[in-house]
Amino acid sequence: MKQIEMAVIGAGPAGLGAAVEAAGHGVRVVVFDENNKPGGQLFKQIHKFFGSKEHLAGIRGFRIGAELLAQAAELDIDVKLGAVVYGLFSDRQIGIVHQGVKRLYQAEAILLATGAAENTLSFPGSTLPGVMSAGAAQTMANVHRVLPGKKVLMVGTGNVGLIVAYQLLQAGARVVALVDAAPRLGGYAVHAAKLRRAGVPLRLRHTIVEVRGKETVERAVVAEVDENFNPIKGSDEILSVDTVCLAVGLSPLTELAWMGGCRFKYLPGLGGHIPVHNQNMLTTSPGIYIAGDIAGVEEASTALEEGRLAGTAIAERLGYLSFEQAKVKKEAIRSRLDQLRTGPFGAKRKSLKETLVKEWI
Amino acid sequence: MVTGKDTGYSGTGRPSARRMESGPVAVIECIEEIPCNPCEGACPVGAIQVGQPLTNLPKLSEHKCTGCGICIAACPGLAIFNIDLSRGDETAIVAMPYEYLPLPKEGAAVTVTDRDGQPVGRGLVHSVKRMEKYDNTAIVSVEVKKELADIVRSIKEGEDGTEETNLPLRRDY
Repeated sequence: MKQIEMAVIGAGPAGLGAAVEAAGHGVRVVVFDENNKPGGQLFKQIHKFFGSKEHLAGIRGFRIGAELLAQAAELDIDVKLGAVVYGLFSDRQIGIVHQGVKRLYQAEAILLATGAAENTLSFPGSTLPGVMSAGAAQTMANVHRVLPGKKVLMVGTGNVGLIVAYQLLQAGARVVALVDAAPRLGGYAVHAAKLRRAGVPLRLRHTIVEVRGKETVERAVVAEVDENFNPIKGSDEILSVDTVCLAVGLSPLTELAWMGGCRFKYLPGLGGHIPVHNQNMLTTSPGIYIAGDIAGVEEASTALEEGRLAGTAIAERLGYLSFEQAKVKKEAIRSRLDQLRTGPFGAKRKSLKETLVKEWI
Repeated sequence: MVTGKDTGYSGTGRPSARRMESGPVAVIECIEEIPCNPCEGACPVGAIQVGQPLTNLPKLSEHKCTGCGICIAACPGLAIFNIDLSRGDETAIVAMPYEYLPLPKEGAAVTVTDRDGQPVGRGLVHSVKRMEKYDNTAIVSVEVKKELADIVRSIKEGEDGTEETNLPLRRDY
């Protein structure tokens, strides 16, 4: 069994942010990621981020990813790719399969930054090729440079749906429509305005009923819904599409936190079952920290800041920062997080996060 | 005075018609309180204020604004435009962020569209600006009939654009 100081599971913005922060204070960090490339979802984010300068606003997501990787390399952080963490056992032991070899590590502190998975939706025809998650379409277009289809229906008007629809337009697809069963737009109005300017219809109170096609998607049936989200008879409309993208929310990937014995709270507003954590991102299991979407689904910018917060707290825990030094750094990060959690979108998340912190005590 | 069917934005990011008549000026169509302020930092003359909290809507000091257009590419929401009504009675210049390829060519006639992507007439591409710091958000300026200045917010190029519009194609708009 190999002893390590800090293990980070997940090399997305939260994990890399934490690794860079902690390593910058002298902590020896090993990052594990099951993917063959680090960066989590950052490398498919080709849009400019919101926030302020401190949050790297105005910079395209993939550039933030490249910068984090450069920092990780400079700090000699050991990033193990293709490394599947299959278990978290007592006394912070981590079971890993890396390049076909099973290994056991024991870490003084662990950061779970496993992110979230996209939700799906079942309807007749939903298993036909051409129905995919919005994130899958985004990966195809922006990472692999393959257009998933030419005529796209996007289901969901949260920021993922809006952003991916815009990026599919940029990639050369036609977005036939966006539908959302809710009566209000889920994401930011400025993202929706970009689609409106391109003439893409956004239909609220509409849902997907069925997808038809012999071998692949050929048509999608959408219908208006009533206040109970049931399709209204006779409102069916048939759209000629070859791709249906689902952008219907995200669920935190919490398996390792369950194995680690962390206490949970169910908060649908943050994506479901969320490990209870304190202001240092520490869970109820000693030495196990969380950051990013596993700690409640938010955005890449908040994930990065939460990672930095956890990284600072871990550096303090392992003796690389004094109480006073850590306090100053943590408060600066918390204030940046607070800035991102203001306004009609952020304030709700902030109060839910506070619920989690209260539960920890 | 410019009027239009869809001027639907008012507020602190909007310059007066009088200011537009005196030369290019930023028109900020940021209408929702999201935590964001790159426009404030991008403005070289301090004409845009967001302050704290970050969710404040940007406030334009129209007399400070020189219409340089840097904020257009800096806005992650692509919500800033420039309008110049100083060219006389016939035409105006509308500058907009543009992130599609191919970029339109300077001098090309294009279909101009409103905030809903609906064609409202024809325009001439006046300039296409690309700079490294814009990071691939080009600034496309189109010359349009003056009464369309506050309506036009995008363009459609080439065959697609002309096919989808029912308006007669008039090279001289």
